[in-house]
Amino acid sequence: MTEFSKLSISSAIKGLNNKDFTSVELTQYYIEKIQENSNLNCFITPTFETALEMAKKSDENITKKKQRSLEGIPIGMKDLFCTNGTRTTAGSKILENFIPFYESTVSENLWNSGAIMLGKTNMDEFAMGSANTTSFFGNVINPLNPKSSKNSELVPGGSSGGSASAVCSGLCMGATGSDTGGSIRQPASFCGIVGLKPTYGRCSRFGMIAFASSLDQAGPITKTVEDSALMLQSMASFDQKDSTSSRKKIPNFLDFKNIEIKGKKIGIPKEYLIDGLNSEIRRVWDQGVNWFKSEGAEIVDISLPHTNSALPAYYIIAPAEASANLARYDGIRYGFRENEKDIKELYEKTRGKGFGKEVKRRLMIGTYVLSAGYYDAYYLKALKVRKLISNDFEEVFKSCDLILTPTTPNVAFPIGEKQTDPIEMYLNDVLTVPASLAGLPAISVPSGFNDEMLPIGLQIIGRPFDEISVLSAGSMIERLRGF
Amino acid sequence: MEYLIDGSMNKWELILGLEVHAQISSRSKLFSEAPTNWGADPNSQVDLVDCGMPGALPVINEYCVEQAILTGLSLNARINKTSIFDRKNYFYPDLPQGYQISQFEYPIVGKGFIVINCDGVEKQIGITRLHLEQDAGKSMHDQEVESSFIDLNRSGCALMEIVSEPDMRSPTEAAEYVKKLRNILRYIGSCDGNMEKGNLRADVNVSVRLPGEELGTRCEIKNVNSIKFIQQAIDYESKRQVEILESGGSIKQETRLFDPNKGETRSMRGKEESHDYRYFPDPDLPPLVLTDEKINKLKKTLPELPDDKKKRLMSEFKLNDYDAEILVNDKDIAEFFESTVCGRDGKIVSNWVTGEVFSYLKRIEKNIKESKITSNKLGGLLDLVIDGTISNRQAKEIFEDFIDSDEDPRKFIQERGLVQLSDMNEIENLIKSVLQQNPKMVEDYKNGKEKLFGFFVGQVMKVSEGKANPKIVNETLKKLLK
Repeated sequence: MTEFSKLSISSAIKGLNNKDFTSVELTQYYIEKIQENSNLNCFITPTFETALEMAKKSDENITKKKQRSLEGIPIGMKDLFCTNGTRTTAGSKILENFIPFYESTVSENLWNSGAIMLGKTNMDEFAMGSANTTSFFGNVINPLNPKSSKNSELVPGGSSGGSASAVCSGLCMGATGSDTGGSIRQPASFCGIVGLKPTYGRCSRFGMIAFASSLDQAGPITKTVEDSALMLQSMASFDQKDSTSSRKKIPNFLDFKNIEIKGKKIGIPKEYLIDGLNSEIRRVWDQGVNWFKSEGAEIVDISLPHTNSALPAYYIIAPAEASANLARYDGIRYGFRENEKDIKELYEKTRGKGFGKEVKRRLMIGTYVLSAGYYDAYYLKALKVRKLISNDFEEVFKSCDLILTPTTPNVAFPIGEKQTDPIEMYLNDVLTVPASLAGLPAISVPSGFNDEMLPIGLQIIGRPFDEISVLSAGSMIERLRGF
Repeated sequence: MEYLIDGSMNKWELILGLEVHAQISSRSKLFSEAPTNWGADPNSQVDLVDCGMPGALPVINEYCVEQAILTGLSLNARINKTSIFDRKNYFYPDLPQGYQISQFEYPIVGKGFIVINCDGVEKQIGITRLHLEQDAGKSMHDQEVESSFIDLNRSGCALMEIVSEPDMRSPTEAAEYVKKLRNILRYIGSCDGNMEKGNLRADVNVSVRLPGEELGTRCEIKNVNSIKFIQQAIDYESKRQVEILESGGSIKQETRLFDPNKGETRSMRGKEESHDYRYFPDPDLPPLVLTDEKINKLKKTLPELPDDKKKRLMSEFKLNDYDAEILVNDKDIAEFFESTVCGRDGKIVSNWVTGEVFSYLKRIEKNIKESKITSNKLGGLLDLVIDGTISNRQAKEIFEDFIDSDEDPRKFIQERGLVQLSDMNEIENLIKSVLQQNPKMVEDYKNGKEKLFGFFVGQVMKVSEGKANPKIVNETLKKLLK
């Protein structure tokens, strides 16, 4: 009998094709795991019946030798992706009972590849958060604990905290995430797994509930780099329904295995050595540099001079877009409504009660920075900063092929921490936000541990649409890290 | 003639600028594939974008973009090769996204102009810009006591907002501007111009000033949906402003509504209550980039516009300014004229169209396309007049019956015994008998009372029961009276 908990997606595909086990067996296993670990609160809406039906269908396909690329692989779907007939909440009370009658392109692509939906994973409300503590459906718990205090409950990171925690604790083989400023990479780093944010436009945003449209990008959260490539292959597509989706040719992402690190130029940006960068993370970063050297890559010191301004620019642009994107949740057509005679009161009470504190904070910030008299000073300036940051990357990619940085300035922290000062929470994103603003592909790969045996991820940023090189570098780390 | 408002103390100049909203005649909406059928069941013409569903994304309708370009070209305007869609943010129940996708700083069409004609005097009216935007839905408050309803069929329909310079100086000029604009839109087919259905509506900016002074504070009258109402609204509003100014008050910049029942405008919201729309570029839509190739290709498909057509009709068919203007003012009429005139005398056809055809259409309260008049029918009838088979008068008498029937014109007149008498000998005999019966008149005529000629013609027509060919009667009569 195969040990399911050790299976990666790629090995499960082999096992299924060899008839070592069936998709129904595999799915049943994960259903039980999810039930056993309900305390982690990874799933908002489990879809076990659907999962078993899909698994049965997959087994038939395998028997008929008609299997598709992810045939029979049970995954978690972040509750930001609209799923036809299955409740989709975005972690918010305002969509507590919302059942879409349409399917997001990313989830549709995955189902068309044979993947199986175990359920909708928990997330920060409207993807606004870095600890998965803003969900209306409760906190998600990181299955990992510090060595010295086994009872301390840590955050899984956010906003794709449910997906990350579920993959980490073996409740699904992989999961979808969405990354606006680090929402895939940061939780992947906190949970010791692989998180890939593709180039902006690589995956369609159709049916993905919008937070900040110019930044939102779907991506996979998986145990291995190879699994990441497998999932991305299904998720990515040009989509007529998304005007910002890219027509760039989609390569075979598994070709990352043929890309040599030898001779690649790896940029180390000095600006990422920020105040407050955890010394253990610093050590892992140095170790990463040595791995690249040992593989024959050339290390280049680079400068991304506007890095400092990335976080403030991000926290202007993202809330500004969100303030308009979330205006549709007004209680008129669907979702939560607080009935009032007066329309203005209906709006105020519906939105007042329907949104959580962090969402309201960002909507207020967003509304403020777009207001007459403040637009130029905040929003317009932030757009200019964004342009400068893009230019920085464009410039350095003339002299290097990939950029290596830590994913986060710190490891996973206990639930309840960083809750009083929002700025402290926002600082979690300081190393992931620049690549988001520039729309670049970036991966977080587990690369080491701190003294407390908490995982530390390194981030690799690539040129636009060069996910393959990013995956290749990630896979090299996987090979050399020694665990 | 200068139009001035007579106050109790001064004469005031009126300054008018118009923002016309024209719905693009497109089968689907500006950013969704939902159909745009008018009068369909509520909420039956709605796609995900039009009702603001989570995760819905707008995708530009290329046809609407082309219509905006064509319209821009026909307004002699600059087409901007890069334009940006912005979100205009405000909460309203019939605005499902919580914002309207519009164009703010970078519209698709820039400055242009059109020429209007007021009592034969031409005047150029500047166009400031034209931009594309989504229409909102419709709130209904009269369906039930306790609830309001929303119909999103119109939500997301493509509108062109066409903004004029404050170049108009009288209600008539404003009316002529809207008529001309509507006519141009109909010629190119970008908007059907139907004001009753709300497919064309105007916001009217009104201010007054003493001639030569700085522009006064303006009020904007929202959503006026007929040319008559536009004139009434301007009339009322300008007098209201003059009264306030002459009694020592000042005009408050505000948005007003026109009440067609009372013929008044009243305040909707003041400047301080005006929305802060927080425009910003819509991140769901990349900038709209147009190539010279595309613009030039569209330019080539541009049909002949009213002003050009008028010039051509005048030179080709020797029509006068007035008749040509009337013909081109309605695209369908102009087309009808052109297909009827084909191989026939322009003056005769023009007289018939502006005479009999117009009065017939007015009586049956239909337009040319809805009526039973066709170019073949009218042409066939006119051929009988031109070849002398029947007289012009006969043709006029039977015109309406003939149109209502579905008969061949020749058969129609034969059945009614209307064939014109053109036999020279017979006519000569008729004339001779008329002259014999009126010797005194003949005497007087020969002594110089040439006006009597008409009397003789009338008598001949009378005895021929109107059938005598008037041309032959005239010629023969002249000969016999010599």
